[in-house]
Amino acid sequence: MRYAETGYYLEIDLATGNIERVETDPKLLELHLGGLGTSVKLMWDRVPPEVKAFDPGNIITFSTGLFNGTPAFSANRTVVTFVSPQNEFLSYPLMGGFWSAELKYAGYDKVIFRNKSPKWVYLWIYNDKVELRDASHLVGKGALETQDLIREELKEPNAQVAAIGIAGEHRVFTASIEQGRSSASRLGGGAIMGDKRIKAVAVRGTKDVYLARGAEFMELLKDVRKYIDFRNENPIPGVMTILAGIGSPQEMKHTDEKWHTESFAWGNARARRKDFWTKEIEESWSKSQLEAIKRLISCYGCPQQCGALISYRDTPRYMAKCFGKLTYAMAAYVDNLDFAWRILRRATEYGVDSFSTPQILAFAVELYEAGILTDEDLKGTSTYGPCPSDKEGRFYWLLDRVARREGIGDILANGTYYAAKEIGKGAEEFAHNTIKKHEQLPLKLGMMDPLYYLMYSTNEKVSITQIEGNWPQAPFPTKEEREAFVKDWPQVPDEKFKQYVLDWEPRGENANPYYPTPQMSAEIVDWMEMLHNVDDALGLCAGMASFCLKPPYHINNYPQLISAATGMDLDKEGLKKIVNRSRNLHRAYNNRRGLRRVDEKPPEDHWKKRFPELEEQLLSTYYKYKGWNMDGIPTKERLHELDLDYVAKDLEQRGILKDGQD
Amino acid sequence: MAKIKKKIKTIKVDADKCNGCRLCEAVCSAFHSMPKWNSNNPTRSRIQIIRYPLRDIWLPVFAGEYTPAECMGRDKYVIAGKEYDECTFCRASCPSRGLFKEPDSGLPLKCDMCEEDPPREKPLCVEWCLNDVLIYEEREEEVDEEVKPEDVEVGLQAMINKYGMEKVMDTVARISQKE
Repeated sequence: MRYAETGYYLEIDLATGNIERVETDPKLLELHLGGLGTSVKLMWDRVPPEVKAFDPGNIITFSTGLFNGTPAFSANRTVVTFVSPQNEFLSYPLMGGFWSAELKYAGYDKVIFRNKSPKWVYLWIYNDKVELRDASHLVGKGALETQDLIREELKEPNAQVAAIGIAGEHRVFTASIEQGRSSASRLGGGAIMGDKRIKAVAVRGTKDVYLARGAEFMELLKDVRKYIDFRNENPIPGVMTILAGIGSPQEMKHTDEKWHTESFAWGNARARRKDFWTKEIEESWSKSQLEAIKRLISCYGCPQQCGALISYRDTPRYMAKCFGKLTYAMAAYVDNLDFAWRILRRATEYGVDSFSTPQILAFAVELYEAGILTDEDLKGTSTYGPCPSDKEGRFYWLLDRVARREGIGDILANGTYYAAKEIGKGAEEFAHNTIKKHEQLPLKLGMMDPLYYLMYSTNEKVSITQIEGNWPQAPFPTKEEREAFVKDWPQVPDEKFKQYVLDWEPRGENANPYYPTPQMSAEIVDWMEMLHNVDDALGLCAGMASFCLKPPYHINNYPQLISAATGMDLDKEGLKKIVNRSRNLHRAYNNRRGLRRVDEKPPEDHWKKRFPELEEQLLSTYYKYKGWNMDGIPTKERLHELDLDYVAKDLEQRGILKDGQD
Repeated sequence: MAKIKKKIKTIKVDADKCNGCRLCEAVCSAFHSMPKWNSNNPTRSRIQIIRYPLRDIWLPVFAGEYTPAECMGRDKYVIAGKEYDECTFCRASCPSRGLFKEPDSGLPLKCDMCEEDPPREKPLCVEWCLNDVLIYEEREEEVDEEVKPEDVEVGLQAMINKYGMEKVMDTVARISQKE
């Protein structure tokens, strides 16, 4: 009997149409848990560095985590892994919703696609019955539309469907995988599905998911629930509203967007508008939001309500979550939320990432204004007109071109990094907001922050959006506030972190950027990353754990929950070792694909005040703390400690790790 | 006939508050699993969220009685601009649909208001609903005291209805002679 996991992978060879249900090695659970952990292992084993994103040998894996399908609150994430077309590294966007639980109930932990299909297909999984079905009639359909069409044609209203829109079909590098109100958006998973000609993956399951010690698991969940209630009633004082509560940012619930609209940069990640949130804006935006939102909705088993059903005037209904509400409007410099609801619907049906895509469009607008793109680039054809000149019109026009790879859209669809290279004429300077070739949040701030510097530079997620979490974003101004904060802080992995908070001051010696010190920064960042790796292995929403302050799930209760669910006897140290193993394997995998120290840097203009020497020191201290050499590659000793000798051997054979290197 | 007091258990469903998380389904199936809490499968749950997200329909429905025959028609209701199949509101485990049946055996499921010894304060779905969609209420009603027939009598009555008194009597007589 397997607990928490089903013990089976579904292996699909798209070239031959062969489908196999494969039993997995129980040892994998002990070594890598599940979810991201075991998916990284699959990539290491099967996709060597020579294989490029659009080669048949790239695999795309839809994975559940250990807690999906159990009553654990907010266990609803699906992790999708593949080699990204944008940077050729192992990428792993996650989506919430209901898909993962359904796959578990169908009896599988993962669905793995390899090779390419000769014609458009979708996969239909109903317990043991699995088939590749013709999808030629779905080509050109929207990502949301496709989900309902498939449910109708299968006569299965309860099937969960993850689908791509036309952006994925055209292998747009920012193409997302959409599923209900959720999406796996970053780094081009939709493009990989399109390349393999998979329009959708539909699943319905009616089988059991077992727990080793169910009663104990439920008792632990009761404590989690108590804490959720406590936190909902007791927001953290002294921090900004969106950090005070738990859950993903409640963008659909809260209408107050002063913080986002004034802290994030507008246009092509250019300027902050520190006086944007006027009384008039507040009134018109609140009115628009309340009109647009028909109902707040959540993902599987979640008490929070981060998503919404949007029904805005004549715009067909869709579901939305999070920051997409703002990204298009802010990138387009449009002060009207009406535009946001309309364009977000179109973008959702096309299936594009609503972080990267608006920046690509804003980048194109800037290039035009700078004379680098000309009217010739924005002209019409027999099928579409020329680019309009108004702010809203040109965004729609550019979005249409990108999603279909038409005209200039074909170049822009590769993201700002590659588009700038192809366009030339100084366009590179305008692609200013990428890390590892991937567009970042539009954040432009004053003083370099050591923690963010490290997270931006080094994290495998390659997008900051969900790396931070349990650590406060800024020091508390007074000693009393600091003492109050640390007094009730059961989430710390070690008591020393309380002292770090107590000593952290807004000004003076113990202030940014020299405090937290490089050593402390390394420890704090490692803690944040560890939590994210645990969440991504369990299928837990980061919003209830690694992404927020004082969350209900943390390093001191994960081990009991995992032990009760799986029957393993896992303690904190054991869990840390597993996620360290997975993270180092991920690291080594990307090293094998060329990742080096030189790639690990935030955008030049991310902060106005930079400290090159300190930054180098931070990076070196962090590498040392992680057990990596000064080029960011895990050392032989580190790999040995983590039972990854086979990785060390491989890195040595490839000349990536040299003998005697420290 | 004498009047007696009967405790009526009610779960009030405030469907407008439902955000469709399905935790009620998860906890119901876990509670009713064997051994208790050790397996999870919402298809076995005695509460199901009927969901058509784009139509703004999230409706928790509890499993009621088993019915051997489906209805003759399939009517539709339009309420506040939303169209519902009549079956949406129906609690029966019925041949016309897969709802409220054990997935393996097809045996009907019925909500038992989480019967347990000692009795629970309220059903688990209510306890675990995080948005106050499900509200448990108890009230007393005066009802006629009915004389409950024994199990054997119920069974025999069903046989008599189907085969006629004479045939049942003959059969009973024949069996008793054999023994």
